[in-house]
Amino acid sequence: MQEQLDEIQAVLKTVDDPELPSVSVFDLGMVHDVKVIGGSVFITMTPTFAGCPALDFIQRDVKKAVEELEWVTDCEVQFSFQQKWSTDAITDEGKHQLKKHGVAPPPEDFQPGQKWTVNCPYCESNYTSMDNVFGPTACRSILYCQACKNPFEAMKPVVDYMS
Amino acid sequence: MERGEEKVITSAEQAKQDPTYLQALKELLYQLADDDFLVSFRGSEWLGLAPHIEEDVAFSSITQNTMGHALLFYQLLEELGEGKVDVLAHDRKPSERKNAIYLEKKNGEGHYTEEPYYDWALTVVRNYFYETFKKIKLEAITKSSYQPLANVAGKVLMEQPYHLAHWKLWFEQLYNSTDDARARLQTRIAEAWEEFGDVLELGPYATEMAHFELMISEVELRDRWLEEIELMLGTLPSRTLGKKYGSGREGEHTSDLDQAIEIFQDVYVSDEGAVW
Repeated sequence: MQEQLDEIQAVLKTVDDPELPSVSVFDLGMVHDVKVIGGSVFITMTPTFAGCPALDFIQRDVKKAVEELEWVTDCEVQFSFQQKWSTDAITDEGKHQLKKHGVAPPPEDFQPGQKWTVNCPYCESNYTSMDNVFGPTACRSILYCQACKNPFEAMKPVVDYMS
Repeated sequence: MERGEEKVITSAEQAKQDPTYLQALKELLYQLADDDFLVSFRGSEWLGLAPHIEEDVAFSSITQNTMGHALLFYQLLEELGEGKVDVLAHDRKPSERKNAIYLEKKNGEGHYTEEPYYDWALTVVRNYFYETFKKIKLEAITKSSYQPLANVAGKVLMEQPYHLAHWKLWFEQLYNSTDDARARLQTRIAEAWEEFGDVLELGPYATEMAHFELMISEVELRDRWLEEIELMLGTLPSRTLGKKYGSGREGEHTSDLDQAIEIFQDVYVSDEGAVW
């Protein structure tokens, strides 16, 4: 059983978010639960942003990748809101990959209402300015590094506001 | 089910056991879904027309995400057996729609493709007022007796602060800039004061919603909203909030909704079986 779960996890680390190439859905912390019953796999995922148009693609890509495992007969992928995704769910590998892609990872242990400071993903400087809280996708913002003069993006902190 | 028992309904199947509960729940969901859907449709009509390029990016991002929120509420309705989300969004008659009338109002004179003389002051006032209200409503819903809805409200509230902050910033900056900007906002605030009434209403099942602890009361909702708006404006308009064109919660609407439906239905009816 553990072996099967490990195999699935390895596969999930290869399925990238279509809008963040090189960052896997696993490292984004979107995989909530994996269940195996015989040859059937049931995966529960937590969506990042509600309005994210990539969710359908992610669902399709995950299903396809898992079904390529020899012993898997079918894979069902569901999104659930019971567990809420927050930017804290992103793994260290995910953060590393985001930076390589020119996207500053979200701050750690961010509390709602706190000041959000972002270091440049290229030169690490904190001498940065916000150009637009809203970027090319719902989860990203557009910033500028005054030190190395590069524009860059950052993942918005999204945290559970009610808890 | 008696009030105060803190009964939690965890699934659509369970909600269907009590017809009165189900009716009140569906009513609330239609209001939430239709409000977000219409306000984001009007937002989408600004694409390419916003005051500057960064605003175009920001506003379209907010609009897309708000449309995503509408989808979540329509999905909850689908689970309750109300039909497919695409049909719920695109293929319901105006009289079946529960969005507040103020939210269907056209962006201004003209048409999206020809001479769009849209009014930014209306957009700033409408979105600031609406997002303020949405936050209050969703906060109340996180304690809703219908667990799947409470979960969705919690999720939406993680994203919505960015939307509210955006419109608050526009509102504050314009309100405190030139006399012209302030006067334009004031005209739209006066207009909103005559029309915003039904946004704050919960419709014919308001009592049941409170009874089943799906939602707080209309009075509480309204008071909280007025309190927030007063903080921003300093003093509230002296007249009482009106609902000039009736109540969208009761299925009453204006020709502006017909115009909106005609446009957003266009692609849908051209090929209803299309897969996106």
